[in-house]
Amino acid sequence: MTAAAVLEARAVSKRFGGLVAVNSVDLAVGEAEIVGLIGPNGAGKTTFFNCLTGMESPTSGEIRYRGRRLSGSPDRITAAGLARTFQNIRLFPNMTVLENVLVGRHCRTREGLLSAIGRGRNFELLELVGLRRAADDLARNLNYGDQRRLEIARALATDPGLLLLDEPTAGMNAAETRSATELVRRIRDQGLAVVVIEHDMRFIFGLCDRVAVLVHGQKLTEGTPAEVQSDPRVIAAYLGSPTPPPS
Amino acid sequence: MGGRWRGPGVTEVRVGVAAVRQGVVGAVRRFAGPRRAVVAGAGAALTVVGCNTPWARFAFGYPGKMSLGGFPGGARTYALFLVVPALAGLTRWAGRRSAAIAGSFGVLAVSAGNLVGLAKQGGGLGAVAYGAWLASAGGLLLLLAAVAGPDDEAPTLAERTLPPVVEMAAVAASLAAVLAGVWYGLGVDEATRFASFAATVAFVASALAGLGVIGWLQALYLRHRAVTLTASALAAVAFPFTQGGEAQWIRVFASIGIFATAAIGLNVVVGLAGLLDLGYIAFFGVGAYVAALTAGAGTTTSHIVLPYGVAILLGAVVAAIFGVIIGAPTLRLRGDYLAIVTLAFGEIFRIAVNNWDSVTRGPNGISRIPDLAVGSFNLGQPHRLLGLELPGFANYYFLELALLAWVILVFTRLNDSRIGRAWVAIREDEVAASAMGVNTVRLKLLAFAIGAFLAGAAGTVDAHFGRQVSPESYSFLQSVTLLAAVVLGGMGTVPGALIGSTILILIPEKLRAFQDLLFGVALILMMRLRPEGFAPSRRRQRELHAEGEGADALSAPPGTGR
Repeated sequence: MTAAAVLEARAVSKRFGGLVAVNSVDLAVGEAEIVGLIGPNGAGKTTFFNCLTGMESPTSGEIRYRGRRLSGSPDRITAAGLARTFQNIRLFPNMTVLENVLVGRHCRTREGLLSAIGRGRNFELLELVGLRRAADDLARNLNYGDQRRLEIARALATDPGLLLLDEPTAGMNAAETRSATELVRRIRDQGLAVVVIEHDMRFIFGLCDRVAVLVHGQKLTEGTPAEVQSDPRVIAAYLGSPTPPPS
Repeated sequence: MGGRWRGPGVTEVRVGVAAVRQGVVGAVRRFAGPRRAVVAGAGAALTVVGCNTPWARFAFGYPGKMSLGGFPGGARTYALFLVVPALAGLTRWAGRRSAAIAGSFGVLAVSAGNLVGLAKQGGGLGAVAYGAWLASAGGLLLLLAAVAGPDDEAPTLAERTLPPVVEMAAVAASLAAVLAGVWYGLGVDEATRFASFAATVAFVASALAGLGVIGWLQALYLRHRAVTLTASALAAVAFPFTQGGEAQWIRVFASIGIFATAAIGLNVVVGLAGLLDLGYIAFFGVGAYVAALTAGAGTTTSHIVLPYGVAILLGAVVAAIFGVIIGAPTLRLRGDYLAIVTLAFGEIFRIAVNNWDSVTRGPNGISRIPDLAVGSFNLGQPHRLLGLELPGFANYYFLELALLAWVILVFTRLNDSRIGRAWVAIREDEVAASAMGVNTVRLKLLAFAIGAFLAGAAGTVDAHFGRQVSPESYSFLQSVTLLAAVVLGGMGTVPGALIGSTILILIPEKLRAFQDLLFGVALILMMRLRPEGFAPSRRRQRELHAEGEGADALSAPPGTGR
C-alpha cells in the first residue's frame, strides 16, 4: 500500500432494511494508483461507489479523501475531488458533447472571465478521449463507446483527484476495450488515482495495480492481479466450488 | 422531470390512426392521383368563381356583404387568399404536400365554416347562396389533389444562404407582414369574421412552415439578431403613436406586456429549470398586494406610502422571499408531486388573502389605487409627444415595455450562463447533474426565487394599471393560463412567451363569444401538431422529436443504479 493515501474508506457499511449491501469494507487508494473492484453481480460494488460519492449515505464507516473526511451531498463530494461515471450511462442526452463537459466544469468555474479561460481545457479533455471533432454533436447521437468516453471526459472536467469508473467497458468490443485500457492509463499518467469496477477480467488484470474482490457485500481479498487471480476463494466465488473452499 | 407524459395506450391509438390515415390516403390517391392537375385546376377555378359570387341569398347583417356578387368580400377574401399557398404547395417547383394540404384545408375550412355560420344566422340552408357551395366544393377538390400528391420531397428553404442585404430585407419584410397582419386583425370587429381571419392566419402559417419559409426565417432572425431586435423594439415603441389617441388597444397591449413579463418569469422556472409550478400567480399576487398596500390607495389598510421605485423593488423582493419559503421544503419533490404542492401553495395564498380582512380587506380587495406619478408626471393622464396625443394607458404601456425589456435581458443572460446550463443539466438528469458537482437544491431554489422576483415586479405594475387588487384575480385559472402561454409559445424561449401571451390575451379580447371552446380546441390541436410550441428552443425541439433518430439509448430509468 502506498504511503500517501488519496482515498481511505474504513469499515463502510450500507444496509437497506434487513439487507446488508455493503458490510464493513475497507479500501485504500494511493496516489496515481489504479485499483480494480470486482465481484459477482449483486456483490455491492455499485452501492459501495454510491457511498463513496454521497449518492447513498453509508450506514456506518468513514471515508477520507486526502485525509479530509467526506460527507454530504454528491455535489460537495465532487467539489472535494471525487468524480464518477455510471454503470448505466447518464449523460445529458439533449446537450452537446461540449455542453456535457461544461456542466462538469460547473463546480470549478465562477461566472465571468474564468469560464472563457476554461474552454481550452475542455477541448483538451475531448482530445484525450478522442471526441474533439464531435464537440457539437448531441450526446445522445454518439455511439455507445463514445458515450462511455464522454462520461469519462465529463467526470475529468470536474478536476478530480480520484476517478471512479463503474463498468467503463460494458458493451464494448475488444478493440474498444483496448483503447479504454489505454485511456485509463493515460489518465493515471496525469496523476489521478482510479478505482474501476468491471466484469471483464482481462481488462482488470491487464490494467490494475491492485484488485479488491467483493462478495456478498464483504471484501473477500485484495492484492496484486497475480495474487487475486490465483486465489482459490475468488475462483470459488465466481464459479462455485466442487469442494468447500479452504478458508 | 416532466418531459415525457406519454400515457399507456398512446402507441396503440397512434397505430390505429396511422392505419386509417393510410387507407384514406390510398383511396384518394387511387381516385385523384392520375388526374391531379385536373382536380387541382377545377378546385382552384371553383374557389375563385365561388368567392366572387354571392354566399347569401339576402342581406341579414352577416359581415362581408355576403349577398353581393362580383367581388370577394369578407371571409371570401380569406378563402381566395388561401388558394395561393394551396397552389404553391401543389406546383412541381415547391412540391410540398404539407403546405398544399394546409392551404387547401384552409380554403375548405373558411368556406364551409362560413357556410355553416350563414345557415345558422340566416335561419337555415335556404339563406345560403350557391357561391358558398362552389367555394366549399373547390376547397374539397384542392384538398383531394393535395392529399393525392407525393410526399414532401423538394428541398426546404432553410439551408439556403443569400446575400446579407437580401436576408435583412427578408427579415424586415416578414416583420412588416406580421405587423400588417396584427394591424388588420385589430381592425376586424365582427367575431365571425375574426374567426375566419384567425383561421386564415393559422393555415397560411402552417402552409409557410410546410414550404420551409418559417424555418428559413427563424434561421434568418438568429443570424441577423441585431436587425430583428431593433426592428421589433422600434415597432413596439411606435405602436401607441399609431393609435390616434385611442386607448383601447394600447390598454390591451399593456396588459399583454404585464402578462408576458410574468410568463417569462415562469419560463425561468418551467422552461429553463424544468420545475412545473402550478401556483405561480401567487407570486404575482404578492407583488400586486405589496404595491397596493404601499401606494396610499383609497381603501388601504396601511399608512405606508412608498415611491414606486421602492415599491417595485419591495414587491419583487417579498415575492422572491415567498418563493424561497415555498421552494425550500418542496423542491425535494419531483415532477407531478412538485406540481401538486405548488398548486396547493397558490390556493393557500388566495385563501389567506381572502380571509385576512385586517390587512387585505378580504374579498373586497384594495381598490382606488392611485395612478403612478413620477414627480409631476402622472402616468394616468394623457400626454402630448411629438405633436401626437397619447392616452394615459400609453404611459403604463411604456413602463411595462421597459420592465419587459429588462426581464428579457435577465432571461437571456441566465439562459446563456453557466447557471442556465446547470439548470438544463438538472432537467435532463438530476442525479447525474449532482454527481457532476451541480448543487441541485440551491440552483432549483434560485430558479424559484428569480421566477418569483420577476412575477412580483410584474404584479406591482398590474396593481396600478388595474387600479385594484382582489383575491379572485389570483386564482388557479390564472396560473394555468400563464403556463398555457409558455407551453403554447414554446418553453424556454423569449419569443415563445411573448407569442403565447399575445395569443392568450388578444384572442379572447376578440372572440369573447366562444373563447373557451376555441381555447380548448387550439390547445389540443397545438399539442397534437406542434408540441414544442410556436417558437421552441432548439433543445426542446430535439426532445420532442426524438423518434427516428435511434436515440433512446440514453433514456435510462431514474434511480441511481444499484
